Amino acid sequence: MVVKVRFFAVLRERAGVTSAELAFDRPPSVNEAWELLQQQYPALGPFRECVTFAVNRQYVDSWHPLHDGDELALIPPVSGGCDGEDC
Amino acid sequence: MDRTTPRARIVSSPIDLGELLASVADVSCGATVLFVGSTRDQNEGRRVVELQYEAYEEMALKEMERIGSAAEAQWQIGKIALVHRLGNVPLGEASVAVAVSAPHRSDAFAAARYAIDQLKKTVPIWKKEVFEGGEVWIGLQGTSTTTNEKGR
Repeated sequence: MVVKVRFFAVLRERAGVTSAELAFDRPPSVNEAWELLQQQYPALGPFRECVTFAVNRQYVDSWHPLHDGDELALIPPVSGGCDGEDC
Repeated sequence: MDRTTPRARIVSSPIDLGELLASVADVSCGATVLFVGSTRDQNEGRRVVELQYEAYEEMALKEMERIGSAAEAQWQIGKIALVHRLGNVPLGEASVAVAVSAPHRSDAFAAARYAIDQLKKTVPIWKKEVFEGGEVWIGLQGTSTTTNEKGR
């Protein structure tokens, strides 16, 4: 099974790609997909604490199971930041 | 790049505030609130040169539509519209705007406040600030990996 991964903003710059495809023998969790991504793109490592995930355009937890054809997006902190009071 | 749903829009050109206001006009509504977020020339002591916005467009539009819909469910409002601009936004120009019409102003203010606060928390749109001497992705303050010095 294959999962499509999309990278945005700082993670796109660090990984050097906008998208990637991951192949698995069995359905992985989002977290297992992240582990594999971290091996392929070591520059992602420092971002584990601040990245959130979306599958098929919906936010999910890291234990969420992935299925063939899913689109996994790595979501760095959004532009409002933590306090959301930048304008 | 432009994408539209009934309550949300993502654009690559300047936001037309007049058009946005017209889109929420409703003869049953006596109050209209317009929030405009624009790009500032200073941030945390840095002189900002340029701001660049990037989105996970399909999901951002869906989230913005969901926020508008949630505001309609929570307050008595007529119409709500959310718009975000992407790409380079020159200093002083609108990067985001929310317009809400309602029979009465308290609902219009509350719904507009909710919509912009939620937008900034949950909509996957990112801002890169280019300043004199470097650039930084906003939202990542406190991590040493964010500043990419250009050596200018």
